[in-house]
Amino acid sequence: MTPEAITSLRIEHITKRFPGIVACSDISLSVGKGEVLALVGENGAGKTTLMNILMGLYTPDEGKIYINNKEVVFKSPSDAFACGIGMVHQQYMLVPNLTVTENIALGMSQMREKGGTLAQRLRRAGRLDLAGVRRHIVAISEHYGLAVDPDAYIWQLSVGEQQRVELVKTLCFGAKFLILDEPTSALTPQETDELIGLLRRMSGELSIIFISHKLAEVKALSSKVAILRGGKLVFRGNTKDHSSADIASLMTGHEVYLPVNQSSRAPGKPMLEVRDLFVRGDRGNMALNKLNLTVRAGEIVGLAGVSGNGQRELAEALTGLRTVESGDILLDGSNLVGKSPKQIIAQGMGYVPEERNVEGIVPSMSIKENLVLKDIGRPPFSTAGIVNNGRIEKNAQSLREKFDIRCSGVQIAAGSLSGGNIQKVILAREISRGPKFLVAVYPIRGLDLGAAEFIHKQLLALRDQGVGILLISEELEEIINLSDRIAVIFKGQIQRTLGQGEATQRKLGMMMAGVKDNEAI
Amino acid sequence: MKQFKLVYTAGVIVLSVLLTLVIASLILTVLGANVLDTFWVIFCYPFTSLKNLSGVINIMTPLTIVGVGICVAYRSGIVNIGGEGQMIIGLLCAIVFALGTSLPAPFGLIGTLLVGMAGGALWGALPGLLKARFGVSELLSTVMFNYIATQLYSYCLRVPLLDPAVAGGSGDPQTVKLDTSVWLPRLSEVFQVDKSFRFHTGIFIALLLAVIVFLFMWKTPTGFKMRAAGASDRAARYGGISVSRYLVLAMLISGACCGLAGTVEILGVHHRGLGNCTGGYGFSGIVVALFGGLHPLGVIPAAFFFSVISFGCSALQINKIPVPSNMIDVLQGLVILVIVAAKLIIANPYLMDRAQRRMDALLHRKEAA
Repeated sequence: MTPEAITSLRIEHITKRFPGIVACSDISLSVGKGEVLALVGENGAGKTTLMNILMGLYTPDEGKIYINNKEVVFKSPSDAFACGIGMVHQQYMLVPNLTVTENIALGMSQMREKGGTLAQRLRRAGRLDLAGVRRHIVAISEHYGLAVDPDAYIWQLSVGEQQRVELVKTLCFGAKFLILDEPTSALTPQETDELIGLLRRMSGELSIIFISHKLAEVKALSSKVAILRGGKLVFRGNTKDHSSADIASLMTGHEVYLPVNQSSRAPGKPMLEVRDLFVRGDRGNMALNKLNLTVRAGEIVGLAGVSGNGQRELAEALTGLRTVESGDILLDGSNLVGKSPKQIIAQGMGYVPEERNVEGIVPSMSIKENLVLKDIGRPPFSTAGIVNNGRIEKNAQSLREKFDIRCSGVQIAAGSLSGGNIQKVILAREISRGPKFLVAVYPIRGLDLGAAEFIHKQLLALRDQGVGILLISEELEEIINLSDRIAVIFKGQIQRTLGQGEATQRKLGMMMAGVKDNEAI
Repeated sequence: MKQFKLVYTAGVIVLSVLLTLVIASLILTVLGANVLDTFWVIFCYPFTSLKNLSGVINIMTPLTIVGVGICVAYRSGIVNIGGEGQMIIGLLCAIVFALGTSLPAPFGLIGTLLVGMAGGALWGALPGLLKARFGVSELLSTVMFNYIATQLYSYCLRVPLLDPAVAGGSGDPQTVKLDTSVWLPRLSEVFQVDKSFRFHTGIFIALLLAVIVFLFMWKTPTGFKMRAAGASDRAARYGGISVSRYLVLAMLISGACCGLAGTVEILGVHHRGLGNCTGGYGFSGIVVALFGGLHPLGVIPAAFFFSVISFGCSALQINKIPVPSNMIDVLQGLVILVIVAAKLIIANPYLMDRAQRRMDALLHRKEAA
C-alpha cells in the first residue's frame, strides 16, 4: 500500500493536444528529493493540464514520465496514487456533512488493497475501520504539524482548515510527492502565511510542485521555478537567482507593471454615504452592525478585511439584493434603501460581483447578450419592444476591442471564456453604462498578472473620470496600490479609515484581525 | 476541419438512426412480427393518402402547441409537467363558455379559444406563483395540479355538463355537442380543395403560435429577460431582472399554450367534451419540446415526426400487423435515448478530435503505401 519514497521525478518531452490547441508542447522538467518546484504561468498556459497528466487524469500524446529513473505509465489517477503522487486541487473534494475522519475514510476505501485470497477479500469487504483511520489521521497530523480536528464536520471548517484536511487526506493515502494547484487562491493573508510555513517544513521530507500566479509565494517557498507560456516551457532555473520582476515578465512575455494610484487630485462631493446600516446575514445574524462609510466622487476606497466580516452583505445591500434592516444608503443624495436592484441600477450603480461565473454573467448566453444584460429594455438596444440586434452586435464589437476581450467571436457563450476575459466582459458592461458609483468585489481574484494589470488600469481610469469606487478585497497589495483611502471592516463595522500614506501591510493585517488600539500598532 | 465536422455529425446521425432501427427490429422480431411490414406501416403508410396525412396533421396540431408552451417554461427555468392539467382546465373553460353563450359566427369561435387560453394560463400561473412566492417545487405542484384538473373534469362530465341523452345509460359520459359555429372547420370546408384534406384549421393556429413565440422569446426584451432568468437566475437577479415575476409570466404563457391546445383539440376533432380527450398530449408535448431542441421552431418538425409514428402505430391494427399499438411508446422511448446519446457524442470535442486524428492517420498510411 505505501509506495517507496520518490527521490526523483522527471518528465520528458510531454505533449498534449486538445481540439484546436496544443495545451502542452514538448515540456521537460525534473524535481529531486526535498525540492519545491513552482510552476508559474498565466491562465491557459498549460499548468493544470500538465499536472493532470502527472495525476493520470490525462494521458500524454507524446513523452514519458520517470519516477526514480524508472519509466511509469499512468492510465488513471489510481496508478499515480499507487506511485505516491498526491494532488490537492483548487476546488476541494470534500463532503460537507461528513466529518474529517469520514471524508478521509471515504477516499481510503477506494484505495483499498487489491488481491489476496477470497477469504481475505471478503474480510476486507464491507468493513469500515473508522477508529483506525482516525488514528492514522492523528499520527499524520502530528508528524507534519498539520492541526486538524478529526471529528469536526467539514461545514464547520474555514477554507484554510478545509485545505489542511485535503493535505492530510492526500498524505494519509501515502503520498510522497505533493502537487498543489493554486493552494492560496482562496486563503486569507494570514492563512497563506501559515500554509507557506507549513509547506516549507514539509519539504524536508517530500517533494512538492505547486502552481501559482503569486510571485511573492513563489519567492518565499520554491527552490526551483518553471515558467510556462502558451503551452511551452519558456524558462526554468533556481528561484533565488531571479527577481520577481524577471519572473513576471517571462510569464506574460512583456514587462509588467501593476498600476499604482499616484494621483493627488482632490476628490469631489460625497457620492455614496452609508449611515448606521444594519443588515442581516444568511444565518439571521447581524452581519452589518451600524456601519458608516463615505466614498467621494473620484475616489477609490479600499475595504480591507478578512472575508466573512460583512463584505458580501455590504455589497449586496448597496445593490439592492439584500434587505436592509435599518439605516440609510445615499447615492448622490438619493436614498437607495427599499429600492429594487433594477431601480438602483437605473440610478447609476455599477457592480462587479464576487462570483463572476454565476453572478456576473449568464454563462450559457452569448458575450454580446451579456454585454447588454442590464440595458436590453431600453434604446438603443431595443425600441418599441423589439430587440435591435444590429446595435447589440455593434456595441459588443466596440467593447471587445476597447476592453481587449479575447474571444473567437462575440456570439459564443460567455461561460466558455477564461476568468480574466469574463471579468473584462463584466467590467466592460458596467463601465460602458456610465455609472456614478462602482462596487468591485475581489476584482482580480484568480486572475493572472496580465488580466489583473488591465483591470486595475481600468479602475484607475474610471476613478479619474469622477466615479466613486468601493473596492472590496483581501489582497492587501491590491488595496494599498489602488486606494485613496482604506477602510478596515471587522465584524460588520468599520474599524478605522486610513489615508493612502498611512497604510502598511502590517498595520492593515493587525487591524483586520480586530486590533483597534493605536498604540498596539 | 469544418468539412470534417459536417461529415462527422452526419455520420453520427446516420449511425444513430440505423441503431434505432436495429433495436426496434429486434423488439419486433421478438414480438413475432414481420419487421419490414411493420416499419412500412409505421413510417410510410401515413404518407400513402391525403386522408392519412390529414390524420397525422390532426395529431401534430395539439402536439406543436403544447411543445411550444413547454419550451417557453423550460427556457425560463421552470419545468412544466402540468401541460395535461392545463389542457384539461383550458378545454373545460372553453366548453362551459361555448355552451353558455351564443355569439355571432367568428366571435363565438375566437371567444372560445381565448377563454380556453385563459383557463390554461390560470392553471399554469398557480404553480408559478407558488414557486415564486414560497419556493414550492414545480415538479411537485404541476403534477398535483394535473390530478386536480383530471378529477374536476371527470366530475363536470358526469354531473353538471352531462349530456341528457346519455344520462342514466351505461355509455361513456360526455357533454352535448357544441354548436357548429364554434367548430374549427376542416380545410376542405374553408377552401375549394380536395375533400381528402380532412384536417382541421387548428394547424395554422399552431404554426402561427410557434412563430409568434419564437419572435417573443428571441426578439423582445421581455423574452430576453425570461431566457436570462432561466439560464442563470442569480446572474439575472444581479442584472436587475425580477426573476420571480418572469417565472410567473413564463408559466402563464406556457399554461395558455396548453389550454389552447386542449381547446383546439375539442373544437377541431371531438366537438364535445369526452373522457380522455387530451390524448396524453400534455405529456408527449414535453418529449416533442425536448426533441425540438427546446426551440419553438424546432418543435414543428419534431411534432410532425412524432405524429407520423404515432399515426403509423395506431394504424397497425387496421393493417393486420400483430403488434400492439403501444409500440408507439416503445419507439418514442428508443428515439429519445438515441437522440440524447447522439447529442452527447456530437457535443463532445474529444471524441471528434480522436476520430479526426484516426482518420488522418489512416489516410496518411494509405498515401505512404
